[in-house]
Amino acid sequence: MSFPLLTATAALPAVGAIATAAVPAARRTAAKWLALVVSLATLVLAVVVLVRFDPDGARYQLTESHPWIADFGVRYDLGVDGIAAVLIALTALLIPFIVLAGWHDADPLETGSKRWRPTQGFFALILAVEAMVIISFESTDVFLFYIFFEAMLIPMYFLIGGFGDRAHEHGEEAASTQRSYAAVKFLLYNLVGGLIMLAAVIGLYVVAGNFSLTEIAQARANGSLHMATSTERWLFLGFFFAFAVKAPLWPLHTWLPNAMQESTAPVAVLITAVVDKVGTFAMLRYCLQLFPEASKWATPVILVLAVIGIIYGALLAVGQRDIKRLVAYASISHFGFIILGIFAMTSQGQSGATLYMVNHGISTAALMLVAGFLISRRGSRLIADYGGVQKVAPVLAGTFLIGGLATLSLPGLAPFVSEFLVLVGTFTRYPAIGIVATFGIVLAALYTLVLYQRTMTGPVKPEVSAMPDLRARELVVVAPLIVLLIFLGVYPKPVTDIVNPAVKQTMSDVHKTDPKPEAEAAK
Amino acid sequence: MSAAAVHSLWTTAADPITKIDAPKIEYGQLSPTLIVVGAAIVGVLIEAFVPRKSRYYAQVFVSAVALCAGFAAVVALAADGYGTTKAHIAAMGAIAVDGPSLFLQGTILLAGLVGLFTFAERRLDPAAHGNRVDSFAAQAASVPGSDSEQAAVKAGFTTTEVFPLLLFAVAGMLVFPSANDLLTLFVALEVFSLPLYLMCALARRKRLMSQEAAVKYFLLGAFASAFTLFGIALLYGYAGSVSYATIAQVVDGTVTNVDPALAGTMGNDSLLLIGAAMVVMGLLFKVGAVPFHMWTPDVYQGAPTPVTGFMAAATKVAAFGALLRLLYVVLPGMRWDWRPVMWGVSIITMLGGAIVAITQTDIKRLLAYSSIAHAGFILAGVIATSKDGVSSVLFYLAAYSFVTIGAFAVVTLVRDAGGEATHLSKWAGLGRRSPLVAAVFAVFLLAFAGIPLTSGFAGKFAVFKAAAEGGAVPLVVIGVISSAIAAFFYIRVIVLMFFSEPRPEGPTVAVPSPLTMAAIGLGVAVTLVLGVAPQYFLDLANQAGVFVR
Repeated sequence: MSFPLLTATAALPAVGAIATAAVPAARRTAAKWLALVVSLATLVLAVVVLVRFDPDGARYQLTESHPWIADFGVRYDLGVDGIAAVLIALTALLIPFIVLAGWHDADPLETGSKRWRPTQGFFALILAVEAMVIISFESTDVFLFYIFFEAMLIPMYFLIGGFGDRAHEHGEEAASTQRSYAAVKFLLYNLVGGLIMLAAVIGLYVVAGNFSLTEIAQARANGSLHMATSTERWLFLGFFFAFAVKAPLWPLHTWLPNAMQESTAPVAVLITAVVDKVGTFAMLRYCLQLFPEASKWATPVILVLAVIGIIYGALLAVGQRDIKRLVAYASISHFGFIILGIFAMTSQGQSGATLYMVNHGISTAALMLVAGFLISRRGSRLIADYGGVQKVAPVLAGTFLIGGLATLSLPGLAPFVSEFLVLVGTFTRYPAIGIVATFGIVLAALYTLVLYQRTMTGPVKPEVSAMPDLRARELVVVAPLIVLLIFLGVYPKPVTDIVNPAVKQTMSDVHKTDPKPEAEAAK
Repeated sequence: MSAAAVHSLWTTAADPITKIDAPKIEYGQLSPTLIVVGAAIVGVLIEAFVPRKSRYYAQVFVSAVALCAGFAAVVALAADGYGTTKAHIAAMGAIAVDGPSLFLQGTILLAGLVGLFTFAERRLDPAAHGNRVDSFAAQAASVPGSDSEQAAVKAGFTTTEVFPLLLFAVAGMLVFPSANDLLTLFVALEVFSLPLYLMCALARRKRLMSQEAAVKYFLLGAFASAFTLFGIALLYGYAGSVSYATIAQVVDGTVTNVDPALAGTMGNDSLLLIGAAMVVMGLLFKVGAVPFHMWTPDVYQGAPTPVTGFMAAATKVAAFGALLRLLYVVLPGMRWDWRPVMWGVSIITMLGGAIVAITQTDIKRLLAYSSIAHAGFILAGVIATSKDGVSSVLFYLAAYSFVTIGAFAVVTLVRDAGGEATHLSKWAGLGRRSPLVAAVFAVFLLAFAGIPLTSGFAGKFAVFKAAAEGGAVPLVVIGVISSAIAAFFYIRVIVLMFFSEPRPEGPTVAVPSPLTMAAIGLGVAVTLVLGVAPQYFLDLANQAGVFVR
C-alpha cells in the first residue's frame, strides 16, 4: 500500500490542532510556534500533492478508499482532481500567513481562570478548520464531504465569536455582544443551508443507493442511473442552497459582512479566502457533476443572481465606512464573478473561476491582513479615522495599495487574468450578462481607490502621526503574498495547466461544448 | 332418594382433577428482568434490616451488581442467538425474547447503571451536619420547611429507598418493550411508572417544586394509564384476546378459531380503531410526544436532576420499544390508518418541541423541550415501517440516552448557594471559569443538535434515511427544518457559556466524585464513538431489527 498522502495532508493539521490545544497555559508562545510549524509542514505536503499530481493522468489521483459506515453506504474515499489539488495548495499556503498575522490576536485578557487558554484555542481552531477544509476538498464521497462541510462550522463559529479586535468604539461589552451576534448569524445561516443539504443528501442516497461521487457521476453519465426531472431539480436545489449560503451568493450573503467585520483580520481571511471556497468548489464538483441537467435548468437564474451579487456587492462596498465591511462586500462581488464563471458553462469561464478562487484568496489575504495591521495600530475600523498614513508608514501604505490594486484586477496582477477569463467565458455565451458584470470592475476601482485615498493620502491625522511601519513579522506575511500576486499575474500557466483538464471533464459531464468563435461560425 | 342422587339434581360432578399444567417459564431467557427484580427486593430488605450507616453502601453495591449482572445476562442471551435465530416468545406468550427486546434491555440496563452513578453522587452538596448528602430529600415524609425536616437533616437521614425504586423502575422498563400481550404491557407500564412518580418527589432542594412535579406527573400519568387500560379492553373486545399474535391475526383477517362468545363484536373495526388509538395515546404520553407532552417540562424541571436524566433516557427507550412492537407486530395490518396520524404527531412534535424550546430560560426545561423534539425525530423513524426503521430507532435511542444522562449529569455540577443553578443566565461565562465542563456540555449540545461527528448526527441520519426510503420525504424536510430551529437554542447556550462575560456572583462548578465523572465520561465517549465509527453499533441494531411474532 502506498503512503496515504491525502490522509496525511488532512491529518497533520488535525493532529497539530489537538497538540496545540494541549500546550499548557503558561507556554503560549510554544503553542504559536507549534501551530506555525504544523501549518508549514502541511504546506510541504500540499506541495507534494501538487507535484505528484499528473494533469494528463486519471481524473482523480492519489486515491484512497476504505469502508467506513457500510450501513449508510459511506466510504472513506479520497482523491484529487486538478481543481482540488490547486485549492488544497491555496489553503495550505494561506494558513501559515494567517497564523503569523494573528500572532498576538489571542493573547489572553486579564479576566478568566488560570485554565482559560485562549491562545492555544485560537491556533488549534485555525488548524482544525484547515484540516476540515482540506479533507472536504479531497473527499470523493458525498457523505464524507458533507460531514466536514458541516463540522467546520463549529471551529469557525468559535473563531468568530471568541476572538475579535481589541479596540472597539463602544467598549468591550458591546464588542462581545456584536461578536456573538455575528457568530450566531454565521452559524445559523450555514447550518440551515447544511441541513437542507442533508435532506438532499438523504434523497440522493434513496435514489442512487450509495454516496460515491465517481460511481454516481459515472452512472449518471452512462444513463444507468435515471433521475426524474423533478427529483433531480429538487436535489440540485438542496445542494446548491447550501453552497450558495457558504459561497455566498446574493441574497444569501448577509452573514458575511457581519462575520468579517467582527472577527480579527486573520479569521476574516480564513472565512473568505479559505472556508468560502469550499462552497464554490462544491458547486463545480457536486452540482455540475451529479445534477448536470438541473444545473443547466437553473443556470439563467443563478447567472442573474451572480450578476446582482457583483453589482450589489460593489455598490455597497463603495458606501462602507468600515474597512473590514468594505472588504467583505468586495468579496461578495468577487464571489459573484466566481459563480458566474462556473455557471457560464464554458471552459474559459470555469478555468477562470477556479483561477479566481486562488487569486481571490491571495489578494484578499494581502489586502485584509494589511488592513488588519493598520487597524491594530489605530484601534479603529472606521475609514474616517485615518488619513495620510503613507507619509508615516510608507511600506504599509504601499503593500495596502498593491493588495487593493489586485482586488480591482489591475492588469499585471493575478486577479486580472482570472477576471478576464470569466468575463470572456461569460460573454461568448451570455453577452448581456457579461456586459453588466463588467461594471463590477469599474465599481471595484472606485471602492478601492477611494479607500486608499481616504486612509493613506491627504494630511496626516494626529492620531496616526506616531504610527509605526510594518514590523518584520508583518513583512514576512505580506511580501510573499505580493510576490505571488505578481508572479501569477504574469505567468498563470502553472495553475491553468493543472486546472484545465479537470475543467474539460466537468464540461463534458454537463454535455456542454464551448460556443464557436464568431469568425469560425461565420465560415 | 339417596343423598347423592338428590345432590345430582342441581349439581354435576366435575372431571376429577388429575393434573394442572404448570406454566412453562423460561427462567434463563427472563433472567435480566428477574435479576433486577430480585435485587430490588433485596434492596427493600436492606432498608428494613441493615443499619442506617451502612445502607447507602449496601444499596449502591447491590444495585450496581444487579444492573451489571442483568447486562451480562442480556449479552449472554444475545450471544446465544436469542436476538436473531433463536428469537421466540417466552413465559406462555407474555414476553418476547428477540432482537429489539435484547437491544433495548441492554440499553436500559446501561442507562440504569449510568443513572445509578448519578443517584449515588454525594459530593456535590456541602455536607450537612457532618453527613454527606445526595440529591434526595433527607426524609420524604417530612413537610418541607418543618421542624421534622430539620430534625431529619440533622440526624443525617438519607433516602436510600431510591435505589430499590430505581431497580423496580428498571425492571418495569425491561419488560415494557418485550411485553407480548397487552396485560403484560400494562403491568410493566405501572411497574416502572409508580417508582418514577415517587422519585420525582424526592428532591433535597426546592422540595415543593419537586412534589408539585410528582403530583402533576402522577395525575397525568394516571390518566394516560387509564386510557391505555380502556384501549386494552376495547382491543380485547375486538379480538377476543390480549395476545399480540392473536390480535394481529384478527387485524389481518387470518384468524382461525373464533370464540363464539365474542363473535358478535369480534372484528368490529370501530373497536379496533378506538382501542388502538387509546393504547397508542398512552405510549405517546410516555415518550412525550405532542400533544401529550404537557407534563414533560414541569416534571423534568422539578424532579431531582439525576432522576430527570435517568427518566429522560430510559423511559424514552422503553416506551419507544413498546410503541415499535405494538405498531410493527400487532397493527401492521392497519398501517394505512395509523401512519397518517403518526405523521401528524411526528410533525407537530418536532416543530412544537423545537419552537417552544427557543423561549426557555431554564436549562432543565430547555432540555425537556429538546427531548420532545427528539421524540418527534424518532417517530419519523417509527413511521418508516421497515426493518431499517426499527434499527434506526434502536440506534437513535441508544445514542440519545447516553447524551441525555451525560447532559443532566453536567447540570448537577453547576451550583450556587441555592443548589443547582439551572437558570440560563447563571451559565453565562461558564466556559471561562471551567473550560472543561463547558466544553463537555458543548459536546452534548452539539450531539443534540445533530452536528456531524457526534452520535446525534449518525442517529438523525439513520432515522431520516429510513423515513425517506419509506416514502416520507416531506417528513424528512420538516425534520431538517426543525433541526435547524433546534440548533438555534443549543447554540444559544453555547454562546452564553463561551462568549458572555462571567457574572461576579455566578455559580461554581462542583468537583464531583468519580461516579458522576464516570457518567459524564461515558456519555462523551459514547457520543464521539457513535459519531465517528458507528458501523459496529449500526450492525448490532440491524441484526436486532427483527421482531418475533
